[in-house]
Amino acid sequence: MGLRKFVDKIKPTFSEGGKLSFLHSTFEGFETFLFVPNTTTSKGAHIRDCNDIKRVMITVVVALLPALLFGMYNIGYQAGIEGIWPAFWFGLLEMLPMIIVSYVVGLSIEFAFAQKRKHEINEGFLVTGLLIPMVMPVSVPLWIVALSTAFAVVIGKEVFGGTGMNVFNPALLARAFAFFAYTPQMSGEAVWYADAKTGATALEQLATTGGMEWSVLDAFIGLIPGSAGETSTAAILIGAAILLFTGVASWRIMLSVFVGGLAFGYLFDAVGLTTYPAYYHLLVGGFAFGAVFMATDPVTSAQTNCGKWIYGFMVGALAVLIRVINPAYPEGMMLSILFMNALAPLIDYFVVERNIARRKKLIKNVK
Amino acid sequence: MKLSKNFTNPLAANNPVIVQILGICSALAVTVKLEPALVMGLSVTFVTAFSNLVMSLLRNGLPSRIRIIVQLVVIATLVIVVDQFLRAYMYDVSKQLSVYVGLIITNCIVMGRVEAFALGNKPWDSFVDGLANGLGYAFILVLVAFFRELFGSGTLFGFDVLARFGYTNNALMLFPPMALIIIGCIIWVHRSINKDLQEK
Repeated sequence: MGLRKFVDKIKPTFSEGGKLSFLHSTFEGFETFLFVPNTTTSKGAHIRDCNDIKRVMITVVVALLPALLFGMYNIGYQAGIEGIWPAFWFGLLEMLPMIIVSYVVGLSIEFAFAQKRKHEINEGFLVTGLLIPMVMPVSVPLWIVALSTAFAVVIGKEVFGGTGMNVFNPALLARAFAFFAYTPQMSGEAVWYADAKTGATALEQLATTGGMEWSVLDAFIGLIPGSAGETSTAAILIGAAILLFTGVASWRIMLSVFVGGLAFGYLFDAVGLTTYPAYYHLLVGGFAFGAVFMATDPVTSAQTNCGKWIYGFMVGALAVLIRVINPAYPEGMMLSILFMNALAPLIDYFVVERNIARRKKLIKNVK
Repeated sequence: MKLSKNFTNPLAANNPVIVQILGICSALAVTVKLEPALVMGLSVTFVTAFSNLVMSLLRNGLPSRIRIIVQLVVIATLVIVVDQFLRAYMYDVSKQLSVYVGLIITNCIVMGRVEAFALGNKPWDSFVDGLANGLGYAFILVLVAFFRELFGSGTLFGFDVLARFGYTNNALMLFPPMALIIIGCIIWVHRSINKDLQEK
């Protein structure tokens, strides 16, 4: 283990009293990136798990990869490039600058705050930094990506105290910032293509004409225009399987988001507000992506099991409600998740209160 | 308290907006552009200063039981004077401010200063206190409006500043939530300078 020896050798330089002790957090960040820390918690009740936050985040990144890789191919496919590899290569070159900008901007801010506050560097941004380019339209200018990332990290996360303290999902906050601040660059018909082509997304077509030009299979596989991460329901389901198998994401939330979306989809179908089948909602736009990767964010979702059901159901239901009822927003997933993020603590509060009341009643009955 | 301290305190260390968190509603509503924000700030300054002065003059002969209704009469009169003045001489700005001039009556800073200061202090001190609190409010309004107009429209007082450099307007700046975030950031900076204000 030559690397371990090297890390141990340079450690005193970065520790207290060392020459580069002001870079303590940065050093620690890289050390725990390379090696699982061997320190254990010394006091208090803690959940014992060999998985630390870094491994959890890496798992999510792995789960995101199928959707990301397919999204890259799809960018090329939508631009009309023949062949799998040329299309993928084209998409890779479109996506890579966005991913680099998002990571560089976000990580520099995170590192700066961690150094200033003498915190350890947390790995939450590994996921956020990849999610941000995946939910942006492919043609969005890089400075918008940089600005939204900075906004999300500073206003969405650091002001609340950093990773684990945020109220809103940072990646969605970045998208919301870009969406409201630079609406022309973030929505409409031209932004979803890497070349000069324009065309309405499946969601816009459903909202305006009640049908879409793609088949259900195309929508499921993901050969429709949209942000890189969101188009392929199939690739997202692979990611969902990884998240559920490793136990990283809550199956209650994931399932209840789909249930909520379907329930409201069928409801609107039954009363005649929509002319397309309810399951279309799960295939087009960011519904599946939001349900699997955004709504399940363990920090911003509800914490109690009963709360998770309510929270998930409301996310799905609100998303479909916004899609169908509000003509200004063909996509409702972002707003519904952010809204439920804000309500999640309230849901938890009532679930806990109800449980306390129930148990008090039990005590009374025993007496 | 010394008069100079009385004047400078509400401007920074005890600012009504960013320390006492009063008058936030109008700070969100009228700060899209600098001009209305400035006019609004000066109007509130006028009302706080003179309501403090009048109430301080009345304070010894005023039964405590009816003081609130007397305050309301005084403040409402002053607000109507301001409103009519703006309509007569600055009609455009008055239109932009719409109901918010009338709503100065409900601005917590005005009645807060009358209750907390004017009823227990001499007229001149009270006048300075009202003036300083109004200016403290106006200062924050102008600061917020400066950022919102500069980054939201690329202009300052209507003059083109950023647009000539190919700046893309940030529409979020024109929405009230961004005003709240900017005030939050001002509080952040203010508290990191004045460490004694930080909660433990």
